[in-house]
Parts: sequence; structure tokens; C-alpha cells
Amino acid sequence: MGFLDLVQIHKTFGVRPGTMPAEATSVRGIPATAAVVDFNLEVQRGELVSFLGPSGCGKTTTLRMIAGLEQPTTGTIRIAGNDVSRKPANQRNVGMVFQAYALFPNMTVASNVGFGMRVTHKPKEQIASRVTEMLALIRMPDFGDRYPYQLSGGQQQRVALARALAIQPQVLLLDEPLSALDAKIRVELRGEIRRIQQQLGITTVYVTHDQEEALSISDRVVVMNAGRIEQIGAPFEIYNFPQTIFVAGFVGTLNQLRCTVEDPAAARLSFDGQVFRAGNPLAAAQGASVLAMLRPEELRFGAVEGENQLNGVVERVTFLGAIVRIQIRLGQSLVTLDALNERRLTLPKVGEQQTVSFPPHAVWVLQAS
Amino acid sequence: MASTALTFRPPRRQISWAWLGLLPFLVFAFAFLIAPAFSLLLGAFRDNQGAVTAKNFVDLTGPFIRNAYWLSIRISAVTALMGGVFGFLLAYALVLSGVPVWVRTGLVTFCGVASNFAGVPLAFAFVAILGRTGVVTQFFHHSLQFQIYQHGFNLYSFAGLSVTYLYFQLPLMVLIMAPALDGMKREWREASENLGASSLQYWQHVGLPILLPTILGTMILLFGNAFGAYATAYALTGGSLPLVTIQIGAQMRGDVLHNPGLGYAMALGMVVIMAVSIGLYTRLQRLSERWLR
Amino acid sequence: MRRTNVWGWVWVLLGTAYFLMPLLGAFQFSLEMRRGVLSLLAYQRAFADPEFWSTFLFSNQMAVLTIVVSLALIVPTAFWVHLRVPQWRPVVEFITLMPFVIPAIILVFGMIKLYKSPIMIGGLTLMGPPTNSVIGTNALLVAGYVILAMPYMYRAVDAGLRAIDVRTLTEAAQSLGAGWFTIIVQVILPNLRAALLSGALLTFAIVVGELTLASFLDRPAFGPYLWLLGQHRAYEPAALSIISFALTWVAMGIIYFVSRGRGGQGQVAGAH
Repeated sequence: MGFLDLVQIHKTFGVRPGTMPAEATSVRGIPATAAVVDFNLEVQRGELVSFLGPSGCGKTTTLRMIAGLEQPTTGTIRIAGNDVSRKPANQRNVGMVFQAYALFPNMTVASNVGFGMRVTHKPKEQIASRVTEMLALIRMPDFGDRYPYQLSGGQQQRVALARALAIQPQVLLLDEPLSALDAKIRVELRGEIRRIQQQLGITTVYVTHDQEEALSISDRVVVMNAGRIEQIGAPFEIYNFPQTIFVAGFVGTLNQLRCTVEDPAAARLSFDGQVFRAGNPLAAAQGASVLAMLRPEELRFGAVEGENQLNGVVERVTFLGAIVRIQIRLGQSLVTLDALNERRLTLPKVGEQQTVSFPPHAVWVLQAS
Repeated sequence: MASTALTFRPPRRQISWAWLGLLPFLVFAFAFLIAPAFSLLLGAFRDNQGAVTAKNFVDLTGPFIRNAYWLSIRISAVTALMGGVFGFLLAYALVLSGVPVWVRTGLVTFCGVASNFAGVPLAFAFVAILGRTGVVTQFFHHSLQFQIYQHGFNLYSFAGLSVTYLYFQLPLMVLIMAPALDGMKREWREASENLGASSLQYWQHVGLPILLPTILGTMILLFGNAFGAYATAYALTGGSLPLVTIQIGAQMRGDVLHNPGLGYAMALGMVVIMAVSIGLYTRLQRLSERWLR
Repeated sequence: MRRTNVWGWVWVLLGTAYFLMPLLGAFQFSLEMRRGVLSLLAYQRAFADPEFWSTFLFSNQMAVLTIVVSLALIVPTAFWVHLRVPQWRPVVEFITLMPFVIPAIILVFGMIKLYKSPIMIGGLTLMGPPTNSVIGTNALLVAGYVILAMPYMYRAVDAGLRAIDVRTLTEAAQSLGAGWFTIIVQVILPNLRAALLSGALLTFAIVVGELTLASFLDRPAFGPYLWLLGQHRAYEPAALSIISFALTWVAMGIIYFVSRGRGGQGQVAGAH
């Protein structure tokens, strides 16, 4: 059991609470929308877990259920061992940071940060000292008297964070906090959020659709799709060992080659008339059709001794600065290869015949369904 | 010794003639808005012989005129307050209490119509229901054996006119408050809940303070709206209620004040009150726009 | 969490009752002209009166003139402010706010005072007193209505221009070779249809039933006719009130449908 437990959470919109998922088909002719299905998760104390997925995958709905702003149709939510599923939102002691900052426009920064303590009638001196502490934490100590409309987006979000942390919540929830900000601020601020989270050791759930964000700051990532969990794991694991095609395709760029199994024991696969080897014996039968997946950064340009080699024609070369992205046509597929930039490189030309090399262990095989 | 220094010519000031495009508008506004108002201003400073004087303004404080102003202020304040409070409650009910969208659309559209339905037709509609032989009067008389006119109610009085004014004041409040209530971000409510506040505390600390400029501003607008109304009052009471607008109208028909300058001064006093109202309304509206952005 | 509040429904029902009662009551009253039975006699009598038609026609003509003058004055002005002289916006907006400060009764007071004397510049008489001639007085009436409708007309056009980003459209048209006239007629006006219609209908609603200006300028308009009718008759005024309300409803309905989906907000005319 973790610090924050979500047990068999289902959320279907448009049905009465308690309706079992199997019975929730349609309501007055309108199909009931299953927003979250069979969600199970144990978050350890002090962990930062991200919910990652495309729009509409249920990640925000799940977060809001933890906050108490939505009710699960069935399932239990426990914090520190206590069942909070039926507790109203204003009694759960979870701090929430919203995508749209949601700072109260009629109050100063200091007032906003101290709001949670004011409405629970904490003593004035305690409020004042905590506000000062929080402003120092977000590195905005002199902003106490400013109003939200005088702050930039990034500043407002930091104040929103301070406001959520000021009540000393057991769990911190962030709902796509950086989506409304510029790219540069986003990178800066996500580092800040992680720093603060680790400094305070607070259990955190972070919702985002930006995989770079999720990978860079999380202890574990929960990849979601259409209301279900696709995979839970550390960022390295999710990226390098995706369990489903969705996860493989959603996180990072991915080359997918539809291959036929030549020899399962020897892990030999054939594609477009060319043969290559994977790192481990295959679980599929001979002749079966599987998806072999390769990350662009694990492909090498040119023939490399001792590695798999596939031949194709260069179709496009894009110079991205630190990365040179080369797209090569192999049979029906277009394969993307990312090479690190070096000054001594000569960029390949479109139409050239070229070889793509990769070691066997770079091949990740999934059953084609 | 010839100077080889560069001669520096300051750039020639470009005189923009673009503003001439506004000339027709400005001329029209001057001829039919500013000049007439100014004419009243000048007239207010003249006495019956045509000499310049400030006496008319002093005379404004006389009992007759003071009563007129006081009556106008009272009816404007009463209808502004009632229209404000009930209009706010109705707007709240339409926007934030979860009634179906079609109900809201229907009532808001109706308010759009009702707020324009002032003047003679409105007065006659109310005569048709609350006049001496009106439908509601008859209902009370025949069904409930209660003769409202014998018990002090009179449509052609302060109370009656207030009820009539309310019919366009209330919708105006709804029309302005509904979008303002819409602008209340759902996240404020959720953030407040999340931080531990109860519903009451949310309204006390966040909701009402944010809405207050709009509520106050609109009530002030309602005040000005009623203060400047003439047609409804005249059609309903025919001049028996000595409001400022009625007095000015009477002065225009004949020299009832025995001093045209006094009439002009009254008009000017009205303009000042209206200007202050609109000024306050604009300021409060700016403030709320900043917050509800 | 959308739980429907009981209190919400209470207020909605109270509000609806309050709004409907005068209309239903007036409607019922208008049907009671023939003793003992509901009939449309009041309506028949009202429509049979030739004065009704002549004044209604007159008011409609004034309304059309007002709309034409308003549009001709305000559309180019709003366009110009958006495009070329944005620094004049505060001035123009202030002017369009003035009719709130100077309501109809004061406006007509000032206009009569000013224009009952001949129009002179220096010692030269340009024309005789406008109030002495029918055309002159009618012109004053239309001018007054244009002023009264100005806040709403300007705001409708301004909102319409803002919604279509005039500057960019004009620049695009210019880069494609269009002249000013083409730009206004083929690019701007078609996109302003909703706003113009709203403004026109609102002006119509203001003008047709208007009493103050029409009565003090002594013009045979619908408002004064209605008022006079109310002094002598009981049922016909109620019938005409209902008709008037129905017409206003139709006008507002059209505005609503036309401006839906174009960011239109209900326009408001307030008391008169």
C-alpha cells in the first residue's frame, strides 16, 4: 500500500454513482462516456508521478477525482491509509495547481498564498511567516504586494504553486501547469517545480501531455490512453521498454517496421527482403508478423561493422541544430535516423543510396495485433 | 573658413490630416449634441432680463425644485436597488445554478426585449393590469374581495411608477450581470474549495469582491437610467408626479417657472447628476474588466 | 459539479412570472373590449383608425431616415478610428457616451432653445429657424434620433469591426490591389452585416415608439398618437402595447439570431 492509493477507479459520465462499469451503457439514449476505466495506482510517499497521455485520455479526470472535484463512479481513493473517496473537496488537504493559474484577482500575492490558512482560521502570525517562507521557496520574496494582473504567466504559476503548498498538503496535484506558458519558461519552471518537490519531499501527481516534461521530472510515469493505463514505469523504462504499441508511439519518435519472423530462436527477422537480428529470442512463431521498433537515436548512418545493416535511399535531411535528422526510405517504410551534429559531418544528399546500421539490442519487438 | 561639419536638418514635422476623416462625425455631434447642451449651459446663467447671473443655481435649492430632485433621486435609487438585487439573483440563478441552457437563453433574450420596452407602451401595459379597471385589480376585487385602490394602492403614484420602472431596470441588470457571472472562472471556485474554503467563504472572500465593481457599477447605471426617464413617467402619471424630467417638460410647454433660466439650470443639474453616474459606472467597469479578464 | 439548485429554479420561476404577468394581463385586457366576451374588437378598432396608420407610417419613415443617416455617419467613422486614427478613439467613445448623460428630454430642450433662432455666423443669416419649417423640424427629429441611437449603433459597429480584425483585412485587400471604395463595399460591409442589422433594428425599436422628442418637436409620430389615444380610450392602447411589444420581440429575435455565433451580445437601449 502506498501513500496515495487509487483502487479500481472507474469514472463514467452520465450515470449514477455506484453504477458498475458493465451496466453503464447508455443513459436516455446518449451513450455513457467512460472517462476512466480500471485505474489502479500506488504512489509512494515523496514520489513524483506523472500522468501522461493525449487529450481526452482521462488523466485530468483522474487527477480531479483525487482532489475531490469529481466523484469516481466506483472505486476507492486513500491518502495515508485513510479513505477519502467520500470526503468533500475542501476537507481533503490536497494542494492543486491549475492550468489557468486560478489566482484570485482581487487579492495580492500574499493574500492569495495565505488564503488557505485564512479560511481555516490559523493565527495571523503563523500565516504571515508561512507566506514569507513560501515566497522565498518560489524565489519571489518581494512580490507580496503585487496583484495577479501585474505578473507574467510564469510568475502567476509560481504563486499558484506557493498557494497550494502553503496549506502543507499531504499530496500536491498539478494539472498541466505549464501548458499555457512559453517554451523557454516551461523548461525553467519544470525544473523549479521538481526542485521544490524534492526539497519538501511532497507526494506529487503531475498531469501533462508533454512527454519531455513527464520524462524529465518524474520518478515514475503513468501512460494513459482512452481512460486506461497503458504502462507504469520509470522514465527510462517507459522510453526504452514500452509494453504496448501506443506507449512506444506516444513517447518519443519511433520507427516501426512490420517484419516477418524468420527464426524465433535466433531472433532473425526479415523486412523488405533484408534480414536483421534482434537482441533476444522471440516469443512469436516462425512466419508470424511482428512490429520491430527502433529509436532514431540508436540508428547509425553508414555501414557499421558487426551490426545489423539495412539499405535504403535518403529521402530528406533536416538540420535541427544539435541533431541531424535523416529520413531514409526502406521499402514501404520511411525510417527516421537522428545523428548528433559534428562539425566534420558532410550532410548526405537526397537520393543517395545509404546504409542504416543498428545493434541487435536496439530492436524492440511487439506482437502486431 | 568653410565649415565642413555636417549640416543637420531636423526632420520636418509630418502634419497628419487623417483626423479630417472624423470631421462629419464631429460636426454632427457638435451641432446636435454639444451645441444644444452648451446652449442650455449659457441659458442657465441668464436671468429674465438677459443679464448674466448665477442666481438660477442658487434658486435650485428652493423647496419646489429640491422636492423634484429628491423625488427623482428617490425613485431612481429605489428602482436601482430593487432592480439590482433581484436582477442579480435572477442572473445568478440563470448562470450559476445549473438550470438548463435553453432556460437561460430564453430569459436573457426576453430581458433584451424587456429592457427596450419602455415608454408609452410599457405604461399602458401596466395601466391594463394595475389601473383602476385593470386585470389584476379586478382579480383582487372579484376573486379575493380585496379592493386594492381602497387600501391605498395607486398605480399613478410613486409606488406604481416604481413597479413600472422595475420592468426595464431588472432586465438591464440581468443583461449586464449574466456575462459578468459567466466570466467568473470555474477554477477560482475549485481552487478555493481545494484550499479548504466553504461555499460561504468563497463568496465572502472571492466571489462577491470580484463581482462587486460590476454590481455597484450596474446599479449606478440603473440609477442614471431611471433618473433620465421621461416618457414612461409622463405616459403613466401625466405630470402628477413632480419628477425633474416632468418639470423640465412642463417648463418647455409653458413658462411654469416664470424664469426660463431656472429651467435651464434644472436641466444642467440633471446633466451633472447623470455625468457623475456614468463616470462612476465607467470607472467601476474598468476595474472589473481588469479582474475578469 | 453541476447539481441543479432548488433556489435557482425558484428565482427563475418568479422572474418568469414577473415578466409574463404584465404582458398576459395587458393581452387579456385588450381582449375585453366587447363586454362579456373575448374578442379582437380593440385590435380592429385600433387598426381602423386612419391616424394610427398615418402616424405609424411617419414614424417608420423617420426610423428609416435615422438608420440611413446613422450608418452613413457611424460606419465610416468607426472604420476610420480603427484603421487610421486610433488615438482619437477615447474622444469618439466619450462622445458616444454623452447621450447617456444628456437624455432625450434634455436633448430636445437644448435643441429647441438653440434652433428656434435663425442660424447665423458672424452677422450673416445662413438659414431661418429650423423649428419654423416642417422640413427643418423633421431634420431635427432625425438628428435627435441619430444622437439617441448613437451609443448602440457605434458599439455594434465597433464590436463588429473588432471581431473581423479590420486592419489585417484592409492590408490584405490593399496588397491585392483594391482601392478604398472596393475595400469598404466588398470586404468590410459584407462582414459587418450582423452588426449593421443589429444596430438598425435597435434604432428602429428606439424610434418607432419614441415620445419625448416627437412630442416636444410637435411631430405627427406614433409615440404621441399612442399617448393621446391613452387619454381617451382604454382598450385600444392596451392592444397597441401588445402589438408594440410583439414588434420589439421580433426585432430583438432577429438581432439575436443574426448575431449568434459572431460573438454578438444582446444590445440594450434602456429607459426613455
